[in-house]
Amino acid sequence: MKSLIRIMAVLRKEFLQLSRDRLTFGMIVGIPLMQLLMFGYAIDTDVRNLTAAYADEADTHLSRQFIADIAASQVINLGRRVETVQDLNRLMDAGAISIGVYVPEDFDRRIIERDRSAVQLLVDGTDPIILGVAQQLTALPIRFDSQTALVPVPSMEVRNYYNPERRSAVNIVPGLVGVILTMTMVMFTAVAIVREKERGNMELLINTPIKTPELMLGKIIPYVLIGLIQLVIVLGMGGYFFKVPILGSYSQLLTASLVFIGANLALGLLLSTLATTQFQAMQMTFFVFLPSILLSGFMFPFDGMPPIAQYIAELLPLTHFNRLIRGIILRGADISSMWDELLALLAFMVITLTLAIARFSKRLD
Amino acid sequence: MNSRAIAISATGLTRKFGSLIAVNEVDLEIPAGTIYGFLGPNGSGKSTTIRMLCGLLTPSAGTATVMGMDTVKESEALKQHIGYMTQRFALFEDLTVRENLRFISEVYALPRAKRRPRVDQLLEEFSLVAQVKQRAGTLSGGQKQRLALAAATLHEPKILFLDEPTSAVDPQNRRDFWEKLFEMAERGTTILVSTHYMDEAARCHRLAILDQGVKVADGSPKELGENIGYNVIEVVADNPNGARLSLSDNPAFTSITQLGVRLRVLVSKRVPDALGQVKLNLREAQIRAEADQVFPDLEDIFMAVTEERRKGLAI
Repeated sequence: MKSLIRIMAVLRKEFLQLSRDRLTFGMIVGIPLMQLLMFGYAIDTDVRNLTAAYADEADTHLSRQFIADIAASQVINLGRRVETVQDLNRLMDAGAISIGVYVPEDFDRRIIERDRSAVQLLVDGTDPIILGVAQQLTALPIRFDSQTALVPVPSMEVRNYYNPERRSAVNIVPGLVGVILTMTMVMFTAVAIVREKERGNMELLINTPIKTPELMLGKIIPYVLIGLIQLVIVLGMGGYFFKVPILGSYSQLLTASLVFIGANLALGLLLSTLATTQFQAMQMTFFVFLPSILLSGFMFPFDGMPPIAQYIAELLPLTHFNRLIRGIILRGADISSMWDELLALLAFMVITLTLAIARFSKRLD
Repeated sequence: MNSRAIAISATGLTRKFGSLIAVNEVDLEIPAGTIYGFLGPNGSGKSTTIRMLCGLLTPSAGTATVMGMDTVKESEALKQHIGYMTQRFALFEDLTVRENLRFISEVYALPRAKRRPRVDQLLEEFSLVAQVKQRAGTLSGGQKQRLALAAATLHEPKILFLDEPTSAVDPQNRRDFWEKLFEMAERGTTILVSTHYMDEAARCHRLAILDQGVKVADGSPKELGENIGYNVIEVVADNPNGARLSLSDNPAFTSITQLGVRLRVLVSKRVPDALGQVKLNLREAQIRAEADQVFPDLEDIFMAVTEERRKGLAI
């Protein structure tokens, strides 16, 4: 009973303070919105309209037809025609184009004899995404009436599950939920507690009969609510702006999110016991945040990473949450088919929270 | 608990921070219902001692009991019975006066029916009624101090630790503050207060003088004055600076402190006829001045005991 009074006291105090801290309040709503719009609109791995130029040395009926086909694909924007391949090289060096299409003089003969590739694509390979786009172009069939029969049937075809329109936002929005929660949950809790140390409030608090778990619970609960608000903002806006559907069950989505929020809050608490100033707490947050963003599969596919990076990634809550939330939202998967991910998050939470409570001392030494 | 009971006791209380010995084998015996002062300059170990007595710091050596409870093993039980006013304002600056007190009343888990009346009573008692809705961060120094004391006494502790409570308030507020403390002591509260103000220390029933972590003297202000090994001669001169220079040559005079036109000269009790010596010295230097033996005040006591300690260290 006394415990409950004390937990409620801390809760009330946290809410009062939060409601008066406009900047923090702005961050709670502003950061998800900003990140959602920036990542949603700017990051598009399905690239279109790359700047390109071409040199058509053949200049035959066939080659002109071919150039028109490429242009119609809208993958590249064939803005300029130049005379020679050297001109293409110059434009590439100057950074004026990302892709150059070189049609050699003997284009028609190469097409007919089919012994060598007919066309060369000059690609600025410094950006692997552009290289990927160029690879798409090579699959473009060259159509001309008399030779239709000779076009080979591709050995494989792609069936696009879950995201038939190949929209990047579909992958990014659920991932953003985890990224935003990692950032705000870890940082806000760590900073909120260290702030009380810095301001001297903690010396007063630890001299009262309040117990460590009571204090921690009272501090954590408001942030659970904040986390849920952010979840609703990101998924709501994601549905509104980017038409990201939620195929799975809402209650399972909530379960996964709550466990993930808990894991991050526990981590924030642990960091707060290690840091002595708010600035240190922020710095520590970054040591968690950067690997989370880069290794969790939010930015790059997990399978493509070297084993060592994969091991590290498995230790990060965001990795497991990304698998859970993408599964639930995009594939409509049942959480029971991903129980090991949920278990990993729970384990992380329990271990971190235990460490935090053990490290938090009601003494100054 | 009768008035002669010991509220706070410590033996060999020591605290080291790395190689620094912040508190060095301090023994204390503080009777219940007294106002006990810790007098000492910054860094003399006052705060560290208070924190050890509150159970916030673990002693490196020695033990302390407060109300019969061990400050290390029973620190959690102790917290219900002690109030602690930190040196720095520790309440929440972004909460109002009432919100702060309400929070404290809930943290001490006062019965629901008692919380509001107790807070109202404190607001009244500490003249904070007009500020109830004001955020604590915008209060004046004196108001902050009253709020902090109200918060520290909300759960009616038997023992109150005050760490330099008046460092940020004006003399009038200090007077009112001390009146409050005397009222509380009257009602049986034991108060341990640290200060570096001599006039404040003089108000304490008993006090300990701390210097570099060592307790160099303790007792009532009167006892301390009687027991120092020095006579104090007060010299009033038209030219106090000249008088000071003429006296400073004589090694018999341990210290000379100038206070406006007056000089206070400490002379070891081993030197016979201290007053005569001073007068002789002034006459020889042809300085017109009056000299009289006076009772040592706390400043003299402080000078004397720290001086003795330094001499002791030099040998």
